[in-house]
Amino acid sequence: MLLVPCPWCGPRPEIEFVAAGEAGIARPAPDADPAALAEALYFRSNTKGLLAERWRHVHGCGRFFVAVRDTVSDRFAGSWPPGVPHPSPAELAAGEAER
Amino acid sequence: MTGPFRARGGGRIDRSRILRFTFDGRAFTGHPGDTLASALTAAGVRLLARSFKYHRPRGLVSAGVDEPNALVTVIRDAGRTTPNLAATEVELYDGLKAISQNRWPSLRFDVSALNDLFAPLFVSGFYYKTFMWPKSFWAKLFEPVIRATAGFGRAPTAPDPDTYARVHDHCDVLVIGAGPAGLAAALAAAVAGAKVILCDQDPEFGGALLGDPTAKIDGRPADDWVAETVAALAETPRVRLLRRTAAFGWYQHGLVGLIEKVTDHLADPDPALPREVMHLVRARRVVLAAGAIERPLVFPDNDRPGVMTASAARCCLCRHGVAVGSRVVLFTAVDDAYHAAIELAAAGVIVERVVDLRPDGGPMTAAARAAGLAVETGATIDRVFGRTAVTAVEIGRIGADGRVAPGPTVACDVLLTSGGWTPSIHLFSQARGSVVWDETRGVFLPGRSVEPVRAAGACNGTAGLADCLDEGWAAGADAARTAGGGEVSPRRFVATGTSIAIGGFLGEVPHAGDPDRARAFVDFQHDVTAKDIRLAVREGFRSIEHVKRYTTTGMATDQGKTSNLNALAIAAEAAGKPIPEVGLTTFRRPWTPVSFGAFAGGNRGDLFDPIRPTPAHASAVGAGAVFEDVGQWKRARVFPRSGESEAAATTREVRTVRETVGLFDASTLGKLEIVGPDAATFLDRIYVDPLAKLAVGRCRYAVMTRDDGFVFDDGIVARLAPDRFHVTTTTGGAARVANLIEDFLQTEWPDLDVWATSVTEQWAVMALQGPKAREVLAPLVEGLDLSGAAFPHMSVAECRVAGVPARLFRVSFTGELGFEVNVPAGHGEALFRLLADRVAAVGGAPYGTDAMHVLRAEKGYLVVGQDTDGTLTPADVGLGRSVGRGKPDFVGKAGLARADLADPDRRGLVGLSVADPNVVLVEGAQLTADADPKPGTSALGFVTSAYFSPTLGRGIALAVVAGGRTRIGTTVHVPMPGGSIAATVVSPVFFDPEGRRLHV
Repeated sequence: MLLVPCPWCGPRPEIEFVAAGEAGIARPAPDADPAALAEALYFRSNTKGLLAERWRHVHGCGRFFVAVRDTVSDRFAGSWPPGVPHPSPAELAAGEAER
Repeated sequence: MTGPFRARGGGRIDRSRILRFTFDGRAFTGHPGDTLASALTAAGVRLLARSFKYHRPRGLVSAGVDEPNALVTVIRDAGRTTPNLAATEVELYDGLKAISQNRWPSLRFDVSALNDLFAPLFVSGFYYKTFMWPKSFWAKLFEPVIRATAGFGRAPTAPDPDTYARVHDHCDVLVIGAGPAGLAAALAAAVAGAKVILCDQDPEFGGALLGDPTAKIDGRPADDWVAETVAALAETPRVRLLRRTAAFGWYQHGLVGLIEKVTDHLADPDPALPREVMHLVRARRVVLAAGAIERPLVFPDNDRPGVMTASAARCCLCRHGVAVGSRVVLFTAVDDAYHAAIELAAAGVIVERVVDLRPDGGPMTAAARAAGLAVETGATIDRVFGRTAVTAVEIGRIGADGRVAPGPTVACDVLLTSGGWTPSIHLFSQARGSVVWDETRGVFLPGRSVEPVRAAGACNGTAGLADCLDEGWAAGADAARTAGGGEVSPRRFVATGTSIAIGGFLGEVPHAGDPDRARAFVDFQHDVTAKDIRLAVREGFRSIEHVKRYTTTGMATDQGKTSNLNALAIAAEAAGKPIPEVGLTTFRRPWTPVSFGAFAGGNRGDLFDPIRPTPAHASAVGAGAVFEDVGQWKRARVFPRSGESEAAATTREVRTVRETVGLFDASTLGKLEIVGPDAATFLDRIYVDPLAKLAVGRCRYAVMTRDDGFVFDDGIVARLAPDRFHVTTTTGGAARVANLIEDFLQTEWPDLDVWATSVTEQWAVMALQGPKAREVLAPLVEGLDLSGAAFPHMSVAECRVAGVPARLFRVSFTGELGFEVNVPAGHGEALFRLLADRVAAVGGAPYGTDAMHVLRAEKGYLVVGQDTDGTLTPADVGLGRSVGRGKPDFVGKAGLARADLADPDRRGLVGLSVADPNVVLVEGAQLTADADPKPGTSALGFVTSAYFSPTLGRGIALAVVAGGRTRIGTTVHVPMPGGSIAATVVSPVFFDPEGRRLHV
């Protein structure tokens, strides 16, 4: 069971959370054309490696946030409140490679 | 003397106490410190079990958790009956009652042993090849017979009366295994000041040291060092010691599942104690010191009772004071097994011969010869004589060309074998650690893991005692330091002891037998032989995962602990590939079987799942309600009167609502309070309906989609004040609607000043529905005129009802004049009783969800999730006109603008009518254009709701069908087992289509 880092509550067991899908996907515009709509609704990156995801600490503070997780190792590279700028998975990976 | 094979001295048993036990009804005795296996061995019992497939007689193979053969059932009572326990793991207690398994009528005479004669038929994939035809025989004949014949023990028939506890724990360093490496690791971590948990599946700490009388640490017997170390650990407050506790599974982020057996070894356990405790330990660092498992050699008839591993014999002698036989032959490919022969000889057992597979033996060969043992090198075993017990073996001599020439036959009652040792990397692999093939020794070793785990000792491929201790200490020190604990100085141990052979010989040994006929067993538990594996490879199975499933090697309770590497080597050789290319099968959780009780813990009976009764639940019970589960809710389904059937009661309840008035507990509806200056803007964007201009005091039925435009939920939006809304959701959708609303509030439109609060549990809701609803309610209402003109359909108001502050809705889910009274939950029970009395006084009655469903279907009111399935838009269900297309944005706007939604063939919600009024269609039945559709015909749609309507005196149905309402007036067919039923497509509103009854 993962330890998910809630930006407000700290690391908490996975059962307190619900996953809310890949982060950084803009909601389709009201006048989105079918291709853009399909892209926004149904296509995800399915990344092997660092991936930004949305979580909700539903059985805790109730808040949504963004966490970057390595989909291979399940290691979390960080988490941020929604709307707060955060390094992209690629930047995080580059930073880790330097270290 | 507890049995003729009890050694005169030695062993970690308490000879001063005698324990009585029975096996298959026969009485035996043993001592504290015995296992069931050791006590039976002391008594000379060799035959302990029958094999899975061939029902071959089987005896002990190992001395521990890896035992594949000696599975027994231990019986305390009907509910406390545990099948499939390894006899080597069953600690003896006074009065223990065990029986053998998989035999009838008795272990010695087993009818199904005939299977063995037909063994040539039972090849790999036997079931797949044999029971192919005729197809219909599988479910009725083949499978039941196979299931009845195969298998191990039988599950208990009575409920489990024991309790099982669950503990969530945390530590800096978890040490798994309390052998030399584990003890050293725990000691180092404890000295460094870390919070430590040390667990071992054995009742006693010490691991391999317990069965190695030659071991010395720091100049003293290893026993003393173990005792001192355990005592030192026990005195350290931050250390917890868990005996009889196996680490069975690794989950992510350092979470390890431990199963502690608390009472199974006790004759008369305290009923207050749980039988088992599951510890879920979140560890910052884990030291895995799980040791290694000795592999049996694979040769013809190596499964006869009396053929066992050398370490099993050594363990019996050193730990339990039992000599496994009187005349022993040792067959080995490695050095350390010689110790068993030497120690048995010293205990007075005749060692007839040591047969060493290696051409020139090893370093121990000379020592053994010096000790007076007869050793043959470059030799093998060709045959084993004896059926229910070994009587003799035939030695084969391996020539320079690799051919085997039959040699002498040697009489014996026990044949010890050792192919070498396999490191226990199970948990390391579960921790998503990579495994590395060690070419020189022929073993898989731990590589790197993404988890905070480090292996030490034999499971890491380290063989010597001093090396294991040093490595354990270093691992423990490192774990404590990296977990944020203190430092401890490095330490080197001076130690001598048995150095086990990591690696050794893999696969089937050379022998003079016919490779296509000889029964050289690889997996004892599932009766898989070397030729079975070769056959699987010959038939084209290349992946070891496929070979495993086809032959069933490595399955069942032991998960191939003794067999996997031998099977892999045989498959690799047959495929002509190196072992690492063939690969390992997945190491699955759990490491050892864990009882269902332990997983269930306290989540049994009423605590299995939370139950949500409504505030008026007790009154509904009092009114004779029959309940249904809707999610976790208990909802009153029907209120049958004495002697009344449920169907008759439903019919009566429907008529009551149409004719007088019914009372319905609607408290399970999801309720949200949406408050704030931007509340109207927010709801206008969340629902497809235009809500910004909803007047205070008015309600609107509204539909919610997600951005895909498909119906997600529906409910009533009521405006109590300019900045305050009371919103209802479906009973099942409350949580997901609240989640969607929070998602948009927090992440999409954080600029909107709105608060959303779930108030489902805060309000009890009583619906009064029927022509006399106003007559029943009006006298109770203060401060509100209920007349049709002053409080029309779809009104809402705050007022007092029966003296209690209330939110009163004029809404209807029945098509009748209706009110829903919301009162604070604590008043729900009293309100239900008061209204029930008043309803009864005018000839009405409470009604349940069955009647509610009929009433709403008569009106064509849909139920989201029953009449919709996530592919229907508001327009598809006839609500297209309510979509606020002029709104600049709402959730679903882009999805609903898709051009293909205009396709006239889209499925839509309709009604169905069958000529025969007594026919009620079946929900889920498919609709076709032809009465007798050809196989492969696509359905036009399906029935979503179907009831008998008492109001109309006929069956009614809702359905989704291609073309939707454009098909009204046409005929569709409902193919059923008894023949197709023709149905006319009609409007989904069967009753009062003008809605006159609502507006009174």
